[in-house]
Amino acid sequence: MKNHEYQQIDPQALVTPTPTPPPRPLPEHKPRRARRRWEVFPGKNRFCCDGRMIAARQSGVLPLTLGLILLTSGLFFIFDCPFLVKHLTSCIPAIGGVLFVFVIISLLQTSFTDPGILPRATPEEAADIEKQIDNPTGSSSSYRPPPRTKEVVINQQVVKLKYCFTCKIFRPPRTSHCSLCDNCVERFDHHCPWVGNCVGKRNYRFFYTFIISLSFLTAFIFGCVTTHLTLRSQGGNGLVFALQASPASALELVVCFFSVWSILGLSGFHTYLVATNLTTNEDIKGSWSGKSGNEDVGNPYSYNSIIKNCCSVLCGPMPPSLIDRRGFVPSDDSVQTSPVEIELPAAKNDINMVGRAVTSGRPLPRPPVITLQQPAISIQSHSTA
Amino acid sequence: PADTFHNLQELHHSASLATKVFIQRDYSDSTICKFQTKFPAELDSRIERSLFEETVKTLNCYYGEAEKIGGQSYLEGCLACATAYIIFLCMETRYEKILKKISMYIQEQNEKIYAPRGLLLTDPIERGMRVVSFANTWDVFLSVGTTLKELCTIYKL
Repeated sequence: MKNHEYQQIDPQALVTPTPTPPPRPLPEHKPRRARRRWEVFPGKNRFCCDGRMIAARQSGVLPLTLGLILLTSGLFFIFDCPFLVKHLTSCIPAIGGVLFVFVIISLLQTSFTDPGILPRATPEEAADIEKQIDNPTGSSSSYRPPPRTKEVVINQQVVKLKYCFTCKIFRPPRTSHCSLCDNCVERFDHHCPWVGNCVGKRNYRFFYTFIISLSFLTAFIFGCVTTHLTLRSQGGNGLVFALQASPASALELVVCFFSVWSILGLSGFHTYLVATNLTTNEDIKGSWSGKSGNEDVGNPYSYNSIIKNCCSVLCGPMPPSLIDRRGFVPSDDSVQTSPVEIELPAAKNDINMVGRAVTSGRPLPRPPVITLQQPAISIQSHSTA
Repeated sequence: PADTFHNLQELHHSASLATKVFIQRDYSDSTICKFQTKFPAELDSRIERSLFEETVKTLNCYYGEAEKIGGQSYLEGCLACATAYIIFLCMETRYEKILKKISMYIQEQNEKIYAPRGLLLTDPIERGMRVVSFANTWDVFLSVGTTLKELCTIYKL
Protein backbone atom coordinates (compact mmCIF):
# COMPACT_ATOMS: atom_id res chain seq x y z
CA MET A 1 0.00 0.00 0.00
CA LYS A 2 3.01 2.32 0.36
CA ASN A 3 3.28 4.97 -2.27
CA HIS A 4 6.82 6.08 -2.81
CA GLU A 5 5.93 9.43 -4.28
CA TYR A 6 5.55 12.95 -3.05
CA GLN A 7 1.94 13.34 -2.15
CA GLN A 8 -0.32 15.78 -0.51
CA ILE A 9 -2.55 14.89 2.38
CA ASP A 10 -6.09 15.97 1.76
CA PRO A 11 -6.87 18.37 4.63
CA GLN A 12 -10.40 17.03 4.74
CA ALA A 13 -9.03 13.73 5.93
CA LEU A 14 -7.59 15.39 9.01
CA VAL A 15 -10.68 15.39 11.13
CA THR A 16 -10.17 16.36 14.74
CA PRO A 17 -11.57 13.61 16.91
CA THR A 18 -14.60 14.71 18.91
CA PRO A 19 -15.88 13.18 22.11
CA THR A 20 -19.56 13.39 21.15
CA PRO A 21 -21.30 10.55 19.37
CA PRO A 22 -20.59 10.75 15.64
CA PRO A 23 -23.38 12.57 13.82
CA ARG A 24 -23.03 10.86 10.45
CA PRO A 25 -20.24 9.28 8.41
CA LEU A 26 -17.96 11.86 6.83
CA PRO A 27 -17.88 12.00 3.03
CA GLU A 28 -14.72 10.41 1.75
CA HIS A 29 -13.42 12.03 -1.38
CA LYS A 30 -9.78 11.09 -1.03
CA PRO A 31 -8.26 9.12 -3.89
CA ARG A 32 -7.31 6.45 -1.29
CA ARG A 33 -9.76 5.48 1.45
CA ALA A 34 -8.86 7.10 4.78
CA ARG A 35 -8.77 4.65 7.62
CA ARG A 36 -10.75 5.18 10.77
CA ARG A 37 -9.11 4.91 14.16
CA TRP A 38 -10.90 1.70 15.06
CA GLU A 39 -9.08 -0.07 12.26
CA VAL A 40 -5.73 0.67 13.92
CA PHE A 41 -6.87 0.16 17.49
CA PRO A 42 -4.17 -1.71 19.42
CA GLY A 43 -6.37 -3.64 21.83
CA LYS A 44 -7.99 -7.03 21.22
CA ASN A 45 -11.42 -5.74 20.35
CA ARG A 46 -13.91 -6.27 17.64
CA PHE A 47 -15.78 -3.39 16.03
CA CYS A 48 -19.11 -3.41 14.24
CA CYS A 49 -21.04 -0.88 12.18
CA ASP A 50 -17.91 1.01 11.16
CA GLY A 51 -16.77 1.59 14.72
CA ARG A 52 -20.09 2.44 16.29
CA MET A 53 -20.12 -0.70 18.40
CA ILE A 54 -17.29 -2.34 20.31
CA ALA A 55 -16.96 -5.78 21.81
CA ALA A 56 -14.17 -8.04 22.99
CA ARG A 57 -12.50 -10.14 20.35
CA GLN A 58 -13.51 -13.35 22.06
CA SER A 59 -17.26 -13.16 22.15
CA GLY A 60 -17.19 -15.80 24.84
CA VAL A 61 -20.53 -17.42 25.32
CA LEU A 62 -22.61 -14.40 24.33
CA PRO A 63 -24.37 -16.38 21.57
CA LEU A 64 -25.24 -19.02 24.16
CA THR A 65 -26.57 -16.42 26.58
CA LEU A 66 -28.68 -14.79 23.90
CA GLY A 67 -29.83 -18.14 22.60
CA LEU A 68 -30.93 -19.42 25.98
CA ILE A 69 -32.81 -16.24 26.80
CA LEU A 70 -34.53 -16.10 23.41
CA LEU A 71 -35.38 -19.78 23.44
CA THR A 72 -36.79 -19.87 26.95
CA SER A 73 -38.73 -16.64 26.53
CA GLY A 74 -39.98 -17.69 23.13
CA LEU A 75 -41.26 -21.00 24.43
CA PHE A 76 -42.87 -19.17 27.32
CA PHE A 77 -44.75 -16.76 25.10
CA ILE A 78 -45.82 -19.40 22.63
CA PHE A 79 -46.82 -22.27 24.89
CA ASP A 80 -47.52 -20.99 28.36
CA CYS A 81 -48.99 -17.58 27.83
CA PRO A 82 -52.13 -18.64 25.90
CA PHE A 83 -53.13 -21.01 28.67
CA LEU A 84 -52.40 -18.52 31.42
CA VAL A 85 -54.18 -15.68 29.65
CA LYS A 86 -57.24 -17.84 29.36
CA HIS A 87 -57.17 -19.04 32.95
CA LEU A 88 -55.64 -16.18 34.82
CA THR A 89 -54.99 -12.73 33.48
CA SER A 90 -53.60 -11.09 30.38
CA CYS A 91 -51.14 -9.11 32.46
CA ILE A 92 -48.82 -12.07 32.36
CA PRO A 93 -47.52 -11.70 28.82
CA ALA A 94 -47.40 -7.93 29.33
CA ILE A 95 -45.13 -8.20 32.37
CA GLY A 96 -43.13 -10.90 30.68
CA GLY A 97 -42.76 -8.74 27.60
CA VAL A 98 -41.48 -5.75 29.50
CA LEU A 99 -38.96 -7.85 31.41
CA PHE A 100 -37.85 -9.56 28.22
CA VAL A 101 -37.28 -6.23 26.47
CA PHE A 102 -35.26 -4.91 29.43
CA VAL A 103 -33.13 -8.04 29.50
CA ILE A 104 -32.30 -8.04 25.81
CA ILE A 105 -31.61 -4.32 25.58
CA SER A 106 -29.39 -4.23 28.65
CA LEU A 107 -27.55 -7.34 27.50
CA LEU A 108 -26.81 -5.81 24.10
CA GLN A 109 -25.75 -2.55 25.69
CA THR A 110 -23.42 -4.32 28.11
CA SER A 111 -21.85 -6.28 25.28
CA PHE A 112 -21.46 -3.49 22.78
CA THR A 113 -20.58 -0.48 24.90
CA ASP A 114 -17.05 0.66 25.54
CA PRO A 115 -16.53 -0.35 29.20
CA GLY A 116 -14.20 2.56 29.89
CA ILE A 117 -11.12 1.65 27.92
CA LEU A 118 -8.19 3.98 28.41
CA PRO A 119 -6.34 4.81 25.21
CA ARG A 120 -2.65 3.96 25.20
CA ALA A 121 -0.16 6.70 25.88
CA THR A 122 1.13 8.71 22.96
CA PRO A 123 4.88 8.42 22.44
CA GLU A 124 5.51 11.84 24.02
CA GLU A 125 3.54 10.96 27.12
CA ALA A 126 5.34 7.65 27.47
CA ALA A 127 8.70 9.39 27.14
CA ASP A 128 7.68 12.01 29.70
CA ILE A 129 6.66 9.33 32.19
CA GLU A 130 9.89 7.39 31.60
CA LYS A 131 11.82 10.53 32.38
CA GLN A 132 9.89 10.98 35.63
CA ILE A 133 10.50 7.38 36.63
CA ASP A 134 14.20 7.37 35.85
CA ASN A 135 15.08 10.67 37.48
CA PRO A 136 13.99 10.17 41.09
CA THR A 137 15.52 6.74 41.43
CA GLY A 138 18.93 8.16 40.57
CA SER A 139 21.26 5.27 41.32
CA SER A 140 22.01 3.25 38.23
CA SER A 141 24.12 0.67 39.97
CA SER A 142 21.34 -1.73 40.85
CA TYR A 143 20.14 -4.15 38.20
CA ARG A 144 16.58 -4.09 39.38
CA PRO A 145 14.35 -1.92 37.20
CA PRO A 146 13.05 1.13 39.02
CA PRO A 147 9.82 0.39 40.90
CA ARG A 148 6.97 1.27 38.64
CA THR A 149 4.53 2.43 41.25
CA LYS A 150 3.35 5.80 42.38
CA GLU A 151 1.59 6.53 45.64
CA VAL A 152 -1.39 8.78 46.01
CA VAL A 153 -3.38 9.74 49.07
CA ILE A 154 -7.11 9.42 48.59
CA ASN A 155 -9.39 10.19 51.51
CA GLN A 156 -6.51 9.84 53.96
CA GLN A 157 -5.54 6.48 52.55
CA VAL A 158 -2.47 5.56 50.61
CA VAL A 159 -3.30 4.02 47.26
CA LYS A 160 -0.61 2.58 45.01
CA LEU A 161 -0.85 3.33 41.30
CA LYS A 162 0.84 0.75 39.13
CA TYR A 163 2.55 1.35 35.82
CA CYS A 164 1.07 -0.55 32.90
CA PHE A 165 3.81 -1.80 30.59
CA THR A 166 1.44 -2.44 27.72
CA CYS A 167 -0.37 0.87 27.75
CA LYS A 168 2.63 2.83 29.06
CA ILE A 169 0.66 4.77 31.61
CA PHE A 170 0.30 4.88 35.34
CA ARG A 171 -3.08 3.35 35.89
CA PRO A 172 -5.56 5.70 37.55
CA PRO A 173 -7.12 4.39 40.79
CA ARG A 174 -9.48 1.45 40.28
CA THR A 175 -8.21 0.84 36.77
CA SER A 176 -7.02 -2.59 35.78
CA HIS A 177 -5.59 -4.15 32.66
CA CYS A 178 -7.72 -6.88 31.13
CA SER A 179 -5.49 -9.52 29.59
CA LEU A 180 -8.28 -10.90 27.42
CA CYS A 181 -9.00 -7.57 25.79
CA ASP A 182 -5.47 -6.20 26.20
CA ASN A 183 -6.77 -2.85 27.42
CA CYS A 184 -6.71 -0.86 30.62
CA VAL A 185 -10.30 -0.40 31.75
CA GLU A 186 -11.44 2.21 34.23
CA ARG A 187 -13.17 0.99 37.37
CA PHE A 188 -12.55 -2.54 36.12
CA ASP A 189 -15.06 -4.97 37.57
CA HIS A 190 -14.46 -8.20 35.68
CA HIS A 191 -14.39 -9.65 32.20
CA CYS A 192 -17.71 -11.39 31.72
CA PRO A 193 -17.66 -14.25 29.19
CA TRP A 194 -21.47 -14.44 29.26
CA VAL A 195 -21.74 -10.98 27.76
CA GLY A 196 -18.49 -11.19 25.83
CA ASN A 197 -17.06 -7.91 27.11
CA CYS A 198 -15.34 -6.33 30.10
CA VAL A 199 -17.55 -4.74 32.73
CA GLY A 200 -16.16 -1.38 33.75
CA LYS A 201 -17.11 2.17 34.56
CA ARG A 202 -19.25 2.88 31.52
CA ASN A 203 -21.24 -0.30 31.25
CA TYR A 204 -21.55 -1.40 34.85
CA ARG A 205 -25.07 0.06 35.14
CA PHE A 206 -26.13 -1.83 32.00
CA PHE A 207 -24.67 -5.02 33.43
CA TYR A 208 -26.46 -4.50 36.74
CA THR A 209 -29.75 -3.79 34.99
CA PHE A 210 -29.20 -6.93 32.94
CA ILE A 211 -28.69 -9.27 35.88
CA ILE A 212 -31.49 -7.75 37.94
CA SER A 213 -33.99 -7.91 35.11
CA LEU A 214 -32.80 -11.38 34.19
CA SER A 215 -33.36 -12.52 37.78
CA PHE A 216 -36.88 -11.16 37.65
CA LEU A 217 -37.50 -12.68 34.23
CA THR A 218 -36.18 -16.09 35.23
CA ALA A 219 -38.11 -16.10 38.49
CA PHE A 220 -41.23 -14.88 36.69
CA ILE A 221 -41.05 -17.56 34.00
CA PHE A 222 -40.33 -20.19 36.62
CA GLY A 223 -43.33 -19.08 38.63
CA CYS A 224 -45.64 -18.91 35.65
CA VAL A 225 -44.61 -22.30 34.30
CA THR A 226 -45.12 -23.87 37.71
CA THR A 227 -48.56 -22.28 37.92
CA HIS A 228 -49.34 -23.48 34.41
CA LEU A 229 -48.38 -27.07 35.16
CA THR A 230 -50.19 -26.98 38.48
CA LEU A 231 -53.39 -25.75 36.84
CA ARG A 232 -53.13 -28.34 34.11
CA SER A 233 -52.54 -31.20 36.52
CA GLN A 234 -55.57 -30.31 38.61
CA GLY A 235 -58.80 -32.19 38.32
CA GLY A 236 -57.19 -35.57 38.79
CA ASN A 237 -55.05 -35.37 35.66
CA GLY A 238 -51.68 -35.63 37.31
CA LEU A 239 -48.33 -34.03 36.58
CA VAL A 240 -47.35 -36.48 33.86
CA PHE A 241 -50.41 -35.59 31.82
CA ALA A 242 -49.64 -31.91 32.26
CA LEU A 243 -46.09 -32.41 31.04
CA GLN A 244 -47.26 -34.41 28.08
CA ALA A 245 -49.73 -31.70 27.17
CA SER A 246 -47.09 -29.02 27.32
CA PRO A 247 -43.58 -30.46 26.84
CA ALA A 248 -42.03 -27.02 26.24
CA SER A 249 -42.82 -26.13 29.81
CA ALA A 250 -40.59 -28.95 30.99
CA LEU A 251 -37.64 -27.51 29.10
CA GLU A 252 -38.33 -24.04 30.46
CA LEU A 253 -38.58 -25.42 33.94
CA VAL A 254 -35.22 -27.10 33.70
CA VAL A 255 -33.46 -24.05 32.26
CA CYS A 256 -35.00 -21.69 34.79
CA PHE A 257 -34.43 -23.95 37.74
CA PHE A 258 -30.74 -24.29 37.08
CA SER A 259 -30.13 -20.64 36.21
CA VAL A 260 -32.27 -18.84 38.76
CA TRP A 261 -30.03 -19.69 41.72
CA SER A 262 -26.80 -18.51 40.12
CA ILE A 263 -28.42 -15.40 38.67
CA LEU A 264 -30.08 -14.52 41.96
CA GLY A 265 -26.80 -15.11 43.72
CA LEU A 266 -24.96 -12.89 41.28
CA SER A 267 -27.59 -10.15 41.64
CA GLY A 268 -27.30 -10.29 45.39
CA PHE A 269 -23.52 -10.11 45.22
CA HIS A 270 -23.54 -7.15 42.87
CA THR A 271 -26.17 -5.37 44.97
CA TYR A 272 -23.75 -5.68 47.87
CA LEU A 273 -20.94 -4.32 45.69
CA VAL A 274 -23.05 -1.38 44.57
CA ALA A 275 -24.10 -0.58 48.13
CA THR A 276 -20.50 -0.53 49.31
CA ASN A 277 -19.06 1.02 46.12
CA LEU A 278 -16.68 -1.87 45.49
CA THR A 279 -15.72 -3.65 42.33
CA THR A 280 -15.50 -7.42 41.89
CA ASN A 281 -11.80 -7.00 41.28
CA GLU A 282 -11.25 -5.20 44.58
CA ASP A 283 -13.46 -7.62 46.46
CA ILE A 284 -11.63 -10.67 45.15
CA LYS A 285 -8.22 -9.18 45.82
CA GLY A 286 -9.32 -8.01 49.25
CA SER A 287 -7.86 -4.57 48.61
CA TRP A 288 -9.87 -2.89 51.34
CA SER A 289 -10.71 -5.71 53.69
CA GLY A 290 -7.48 -5.47 55.61
CA LYS A 291 -6.09 -8.82 54.56
CA SER A 292 -2.61 -7.40 54.72
CA GLY A 293 -3.11 -6.88 58.42
CA ASN A 294 -3.37 -3.12 58.16
CA GLU A 295 -6.12 -2.04 60.49
CA ASP A 296 -6.72 1.33 58.91
CA VAL A 297 -7.75 -0.02 55.55
CA GLY A 298 -11.22 0.81 54.39
CA ASN A 299 -12.69 1.62 51.01
CA PRO A 300 -11.62 5.19 50.24
CA TYR A 301 -14.14 5.51 47.43
CA SER A 302 -17.20 4.71 49.50
CA TYR A 303 -19.45 7.56 50.57
CA ASN A 304 -20.32 5.59 53.72
CA SER A 305 -23.99 5.79 52.88
CA ILE A 306 -25.76 2.98 51.02
CA ILE A 307 -28.08 5.32 49.17
CA LYS A 308 -25.31 7.64 48.07
CA ASN A 309 -23.19 4.71 46.93
CA CYS A 310 -26.04 3.25 44.91
CA CYS A 311 -26.88 6.58 43.38
CA SER A 312 -23.32 7.37 42.41
CA VAL A 313 -22.73 3.97 40.82
CA LEU A 314 -26.06 3.57 39.04
CA CYS A 315 -27.40 7.06 38.56
CA GLY A 316 -24.20 8.98 38.21
CA PRO A 317 -23.34 10.93 35.06
CA MET A 318 -22.47 8.80 32.07
CA PRO A 319 -18.79 9.40 31.24
CA PRO A 320 -17.88 9.68 27.57
CA SER A 321 -15.91 7.09 25.66
CA LEU A 322 -12.23 7.98 25.73
CA ILE A 323 -11.24 6.02 22.67
CA ASP A 324 -12.01 7.69 19.42
CA ARG A 325 -13.31 4.98 17.16
CA ARG A 326 -14.69 6.83 14.21
CA GLY A 327 -12.17 9.60 13.73
CA PHE A 328 -9.81 9.29 10.79
CA VAL A 329 -6.20 8.21 11.10
CA PRO A 330 -4.26 11.26 9.88
CA SER A 331 -1.76 9.47 7.65
CA ASP A 332 -0.72 5.94 6.80
CA ASP A 333 2.20 5.60 9.14
CA SER A 334 1.39 7.63 12.20
CA VAL A 335 -0.90 6.64 15.00
CA GLN A 336 -2.75 9.10 17.26
CA THR A 337 -0.67 12.16 16.61
CA SER A 338 -1.74 15.62 17.66
CA PRO A 339 -1.80 18.53 15.25
CA VAL A 340 1.55 20.22 15.74
CA GLU A 341 4.36 17.75 16.12
CA ILE A 342 7.00 15.80 14.30
CA GLU A 343 7.07 12.06 14.49
CA LEU A 344 9.51 9.47 13.22
CA PRO A 345 7.45 6.29 13.36
CA ALA A 346 10.07 4.12 11.71
CA ALA A 347 12.59 5.10 14.37
CA LYS A 348 11.81 5.12 18.05
CA ASN A 349 9.35 8.03 17.89
CA ASP A 350 11.77 10.41 19.45
CA ILE A 351 13.43 13.24 17.62
CA ASN A 352 16.57 12.55 19.67
CA MET A 353 17.03 9.38 17.68
CA VAL A 354 17.93 11.38 14.60
CA GLY A 355 20.33 13.50 16.62
CA ARG A 356 22.09 10.50 18.13
CA ALA A 357 22.41 8.67 14.86
CA VAL A 358 23.83 11.77 13.20
CA THR A 359 26.37 12.51 15.88
CA SER A 360 27.59 8.95 16.01
CA GLY A 361 28.06 8.93 12.26
CA ARG A 362 25.99 5.84 11.69
CA PRO A 363 23.30 5.84 9.02
CA LEU A 364 19.74 5.67 10.22
CA PRO A 365 18.35 2.15 10.44
CA ARG A 366 15.41 2.82 8.13
CA PRO A 367 14.30 5.70 6.00
CA PRO A 368 12.30 7.93 8.31
CA VAL A 369 8.94 9.39 7.42
CA ILE A 370 8.27 12.92 8.48
CA THR A 371 4.69 13.94 8.61
CA LEU A 372 3.85 17.58 9.10
CA GLN A 373 0.22 17.98 9.69
CA GLN A 374 -0.40 21.67 9.76
CA PRO A 375 1.41 22.41 6.54
CA ALA A 376 0.01 19.54 4.47
CA ILE A 377 3.12 17.90 3.10
CA SER A 378 4.19 14.32 3.39
CA ILE A 379 7.75 13.48 2.53
CA GLN A 380 8.84 9.93 2.15
CA SER A 381 12.47 9.29 1.48
CA HIS A 382 13.58 6.56 -0.82
CA SER A 383 16.08 4.06 0.49
CA THR A 384 19.64 5.01 -0.26
CA ALA A 385 20.86 3.48 -3.44
CA PRO B 1 32.73 17.35 8.51
CA ALA B 2 33.03 17.88 12.25
CA ASP B 3 31.84 21.48 12.29
CA THR B 4 28.67 20.53 10.40
CA PHE B 5 27.93 17.99 13.06
CA HIS B 6 28.71 20.50 15.76
CA ASN B 7 26.28 23.05 14.29
CA LEU B 8 23.69 20.40 13.95
CA GLN B 9 24.20 19.41 17.54
CA GLU B 10 23.65 22.96 18.69
CA LEU B 11 20.53 23.36 16.60
CA HIS B 12 19.34 20.00 17.73
CA HIS B 13 19.88 20.88 21.36
CA SER B 14 17.63 23.90 21.14
CA ALA B 15 15.12 21.90 19.14
CA SER B 16 15.05 19.19 21.77
CA LEU B 17 13.65 21.75 24.18
CA ALA B 18 10.60 21.55 21.98
CA THR B 19 9.18 18.76 24.07
CA LYS B 20 5.70 18.83 25.44
CA VAL B 21 4.86 19.65 28.99
CA PHE B 22 2.32 17.36 30.58
CA ILE B 23 0.12 18.27 33.51
CA GLN B 24 -0.92 15.04 35.19
CA ARG B 25 -4.09 14.16 36.99
CA ASP B 26 -4.59 14.90 40.64
CA TYR B 27 -6.13 11.85 42.30
CA SER B 28 -6.30 13.16 45.84
CA ASP B 29 -10.06 13.64 45.52
CA SER B 30 -10.69 10.05 44.47
CA THR B 31 -11.37 9.28 40.85
CA ILE B 32 -12.99 12.54 39.79
CA CYS B 33 -11.30 14.33 36.94
CA LYS B 34 -8.97 16.97 38.30
CA PHE B 35 -5.58 18.19 37.12
CA GLN B 36 -2.63 19.25 39.22
CA THR B 37 -2.32 23.00 39.58
CA LYS B 38 1.38 22.89 40.41
CA PHE B 39 3.19 25.22 38.01
CA PRO B 40 5.76 23.25 35.99
CA ALA B 41 9.27 24.66 35.80
CA GLU B 42 9.48 24.28 32.01
CA LEU B 43 6.78 26.90 31.52
CA ASP B 44 8.46 29.37 33.84
CA SER B 45 9.73 31.66 31.10
CA ARG B 46 6.79 31.20 28.78
CA ILE B 47 3.69 32.10 30.71
CA GLU B 48 2.64 33.81 33.91
CA ARG B 49 1.86 31.51 36.78
CA SER B 50 -1.50 33.15 37.46
CA LEU B 51 -2.76 32.62 33.92
CA PHE B 52 -1.73 29.00 33.96
CA GLU B 53 -3.36 28.37 37.33
CA GLU B 54 -6.54 30.08 36.23
CA THR B 55 -6.77 27.89 33.14
CA VAL B 56 -6.24 24.65 35.04
CA LYS B 57 -8.60 25.68 37.84
CA THR B 58 -11.33 26.58 35.36
CA LEU B 59 -10.89 23.23 33.62
CA ASN B 60 -11.12 21.48 36.98
CA CYS B 61 -14.34 23.37 37.70
CA TYR B 62 -15.86 22.30 34.41
CA TYR B 63 -14.97 18.67 34.99
CA GLY B 64 -16.23 18.85 38.56
CA GLU B 65 -19.52 20.17 37.29
CA ALA B 66 -19.75 17.41 34.69
CA GLU B 67 -19.13 14.68 37.25
CA LYS B 68 -21.19 16.17 40.03
CA ILE B 69 -23.68 13.75 41.53
CA GLY B 70 -26.73 15.83 42.24
CA GLY B 71 -30.26 16.58 41.18
CA GLN B 72 -29.82 16.75 37.45
CA SER B 73 -27.60 13.71 37.19
CA TYR B 74 -30.03 11.63 39.25
CA LEU B 75 -32.86 12.70 37.00
CA GLU B 76 -30.88 11.78 33.93
CA GLY B 77 -29.84 8.46 35.47
CA CYS B 78 -33.31 7.43 36.58
CA LEU B 79 -34.90 8.46 33.31
CA ALA B 80 -32.28 6.49 31.44
CA CYS B 81 -32.87 3.42 33.61
CA ALA B 82 -36.61 3.63 33.10
CA THR B 83 -36.19 3.67 29.35
CA ALA B 84 -33.71 0.77 29.43
CA TYR B 85 -30.95 3.28 28.61
CA ILE B 86 -32.18 3.74 25.07
CA ILE B 87 -32.27 7.42 25.82
CA PHE B 88 -28.46 7.50 25.69
CA LEU B 89 -28.64 6.72 22.00
CA CYS B 90 -30.97 9.62 21.27
CA MET B 91 -29.96 12.36 23.64
CA GLU B 92 -26.73 14.13 24.39
CA THR B 93 -25.79 13.59 28.02
CA ARG B 94 -24.97 16.45 30.37
CA TYR B 95 -21.35 15.33 30.44
CA GLU B 96 -21.09 15.61 26.67
CA LYS B 97 -22.61 19.08 26.74
CA ILE B 98 -20.02 20.20 29.25
CA LEU B 99 -17.24 18.61 27.21
CA LYS B 100 -18.31 20.77 24.30
CA LYS B 101 -18.11 23.83 26.53
CA ILE B 102 -14.64 22.76 27.60
CA SER B 103 -13.53 22.43 23.97
CA MET B 104 -14.69 25.94 23.25
CA TYR B 105 -13.02 27.26 26.37
CA ILE B 106 -9.72 25.66 25.42
CA GLN B 107 -9.97 27.04 21.91
CA GLU B 108 -10.63 30.50 23.30
CA GLN B 109 -7.73 30.24 25.72
CA ASN B 110 -5.44 29.11 22.94
CA GLU B 111 -6.42 32.03 20.74
CA LYS B 112 -6.22 34.69 23.42
CA ILE B 113 -3.49 33.61 25.76
CA TYR B 114 -1.40 30.67 24.61
CA ALA B 115 -0.87 31.15 20.89
CA PRO B 116 0.64 34.65 21.38
CA ARG B 117 3.13 33.02 23.74
CA GLY B 118 3.96 30.20 21.36
CA LEU B 119 2.14 27.45 23.25
CA LEU B 120 -0.66 25.13 22.31
CA LEU B 121 -2.97 23.61 24.87
CA THR B 122 -4.46 20.22 23.97
CA ASP B 123 -7.86 19.12 25.12
CA PRO B 124 -7.46 16.33 27.72
CA ILE B 125 -10.21 14.30 26.06
CA GLU B 126 -7.80 13.65 23.20
CA ARG B 127 -5.34 12.14 25.68
CA GLY B 128 -7.79 9.87 27.47
CA MET B 129 -8.35 12.52 30.17
CA ARG B 130 -4.93 11.72 31.55
CA VAL B 131 -3.02 14.90 30.89
CA VAL B 132 -3.32 18.51 29.86
CA SER B 133 -0.45 19.04 27.49
CA PHE B 134 1.27 22.24 26.43
CA ALA B 135 3.06 21.99 23.12
CA ASN B 136 5.72 24.43 22.04
CA THR B 137 4.70 25.86 18.70
CA TRP B 138 7.59 28.19 17.94
CA ASP B 139 10.28 25.59 18.19
CA VAL B 140 8.46 23.24 15.86
CA PHE B 141 9.56 25.17 12.81
CA LEU B 142 13.08 25.19 14.14
CA SER B 143 12.86 21.42 14.52
CA VAL B 144 11.54 21.08 10.99
CA GLY B 145 14.49 23.01 9.65
CA THR B 146 16.89 21.00 11.77
CA THR B 147 15.53 17.67 10.71
CA LEU B 148 15.46 18.58 7.03
CA LYS B 149 19.03 19.78 7.26
CA GLU B 150 20.11 16.58 8.97
CA LEU B 151 18.37 14.49 6.36
CA CYS B 152 20.04 16.39 3.56
CA THR B 153 23.37 15.71 5.19
CA ILE B 154 22.66 12.03 5.61
CA TYR B 155 21.38 11.46 2.15
CA LYS B 156 23.83 13.91 0.59
CA LEU B 157 21.15 15.83 -1.26
